[in-house]
Amino acid sequence: MRRYSAFAIAREAARYHQGWERAWAAPEPKKHYDVIIVGAGGHGLATAFYLGKNFGITNVAVIEKGWLGGGNTGRNTTIIRSNYLQDPSAAIYEKARSLYETMSQDLNYNVMFSPRGVIMLAQTHHEVRGYQRTAHANALQGVKTEFISPQRVKELVPIIHLDGPRFPVLGGLWQDRGGTARHDAVAWGYARACSDMGMDILQKTEVTGVTSEGGKVTGVETTRGFIGCTKLGMVVAGHCGVLAEKAGFRLPVESVALQALVSEPIKPCMDVVVMANTVHGYMSQSDKGEMVIGGGTDAYNNYTQRGSFHHIEETVRALIETFPMISRLKMLRQWGGIVDVTGDRSPILSKTPIEGIFVNCGWGTGGFKAIPGSGWGFAELVAKGQSPLTDAFGLNRFREGRFIDESVAAGVAH
Amino acid sequence: MLILECPYCGVTADETELAAGGEAHLKRFGPGSSDEEFEGYLFHRQNPKGVHFERWRHANGCGKWFHAARCTASLEVFATYTAQIAEPPAEVIAAIRAKRPDWSPE
Repeated sequence: MRRYSAFAIAREAARYHQGWERAWAAPEPKKHYDVIIVGAGGHGLATAFYLGKNFGITNVAVIEKGWLGGGNTGRNTTIIRSNYLQDPSAAIYEKARSLYETMSQDLNYNVMFSPRGVIMLAQTHHEVRGYQRTAHANALQGVKTEFISPQRVKELVPIIHLDGPRFPVLGGLWQDRGGTARHDAVAWGYARACSDMGMDILQKTEVTGVTSEGGKVTGVETTRGFIGCTKLGMVVAGHCGVLAEKAGFRLPVESVALQALVSEPIKPCMDVVVMANTVHGYMSQSDKGEMVIGGGTDAYNNYTQRGSFHHIEETVRALIETFPMISRLKMLRQWGGIVDVTGDRSPILSKTPIEGIFVNCGWGTGGFKAIPGSGWGFAELVAKGQSPLTDAFGLNRFREGRFIDESVAAGVAH
Repeated sequence: MLILECPYCGVTADETELAAGGEAHLKRFGPGSSDEEFEGYLFHRQNPKGVHFERWRHANGCGKWFHAARCTASLEVFATYTAQIAEPPAEVIAAIRAKRPDWSPE
C-alpha cells in the first residue's frame, strides 16, 4: 500500500495524478477463510481490521451484499460521543471515542474526526436530573462530561433560543471531546487497511444461506457460490434478523426506519453538535455548511430505508422552536436507514446457539460512534471467545434479566 | 404514509391516528414453561423482511386493537382483521397468497 502524505500529493501532482492506486482490491472469493465477516459496514470492517492488527488473523473475508459502507454507515448523522449511563456502555463507547482520536493516523486515512463537542439539551426538569446523574456516572467511569448552565449553552451555541414556549433550555450535558467524523471515510479507511493486510473484501456478494454441521458453522452460500469458514461474524445491522433466520435462530431485535435530512449549505453558524432528545431532534453543521438533522424512528417494522413524513415534520417543528434562524432553510435531501433495535437499547455482541457463529448487532439508532470500539471488542470475542468489552452484551442477558438499560439514559429519539 | 382500515369502525386512518403494537399472534408462556419458551415469548421476534402480522390500535379513533397483515419490504397492506383471534384467518392468508405466491405461513 502506498501511503498517503503531503509528499504523495506533490508527487502525483507532478504526474497528472495518474499514479494513485486502488484503495482496496476486488478479488475472487477463496474456497475457505478462517473468519468470514458478513457486512462491510463500519462495524464489520473494523472487526476485520482489529482481527488482523490485534490478533494476526488475516485469512479473512468481508462479504457485502451491496457496496461497502452503503448501509447505515453512510446514512447516519456522524455524531460521536460516549456520555452513556451504564458502565458497560461507557466502556465500549469511550473506547470507540478514544480510538477515533487517532484513527486518521492509525489508518493513514483522513477520517476528519472533529472533536467539536456535543451538547445534549435538558429541556424538562426530568432531563435535568437525568443528565446530572449521567454526568456523575461519567465522572466515576472516567468519561469527561459536565452538566452546564443555560448561559453556557448560549455561549457555545449563539443561535439557540433558550426561552422557547414549549421547550425552554434548562441546561445541558456537555462532552467537549465528542464530535463528528466523515462516515464514508471511516469505512473506506478500514477497507483500505484490511485489503493491505491481505483480507478479501467481496462486494456485491449476497449471503443466501448459512450452513452448519453438528451445530458448528461450516460456511455460507452466496450469490458467488459456497464459501467455507471456521468462524462467522454477522454484522449486518437492520438485516440481522433475516440472516439469523437463515442460520436457524432468532434474535431479540426488531428493525425500524430512522431518518435524517440535510439543509442547503449556509455560512458557519454552529460549531458544536446539539442534541435535543425531548423533541427527538439533533443537529450539527457539516464542513460543507449543510445543517445535518436527525430525527426519530418509526414505530413499526420496516425494511424500506425511508421513513414517515410526519416524523420529519415533528423533528423540524421542534428544532425550529429551539433554533428560529433555521425556519427559512430549504431542505436538500432526506433519507432513511434500517436500524436494529433491542429491548434495552443496548447492542448485542455475542456467541450464538451455533458454534463458530458470532453476532454483532442491535446498535439501533446510535452505531456510528461505536464503530472502532465495537470492532476492537468483537474481534477479541471472535478470536478468543470472550472480551472484557463485550462480556456484558451477550445474548444471555435477556434470559437472565441483566439488561443494560440505555433506553432512558442515552436514548435519542426512541 | 401508512394507511390502514380499522376493521371495527371502518375508518381508513393514517398512521398518525394509529399506534403500532408489534408482532401479532405471540403464544404466551407463563408459569410452568421452560426458560427458553419464556425468553422466546418475551424477546425473540420474527422480524421478517416481507409478510408480517402485527397488532395496531386505533388510538386516536375508536380505540380498538386490531390485527394487520403487512409487507415490511414494500409497506403494502394485505388485510386488517379482528383482534379476537389467535391466528390469521383463512381469507387473510388467501389475500396474501394472491399477491405473494411464494410465501407460506410458518
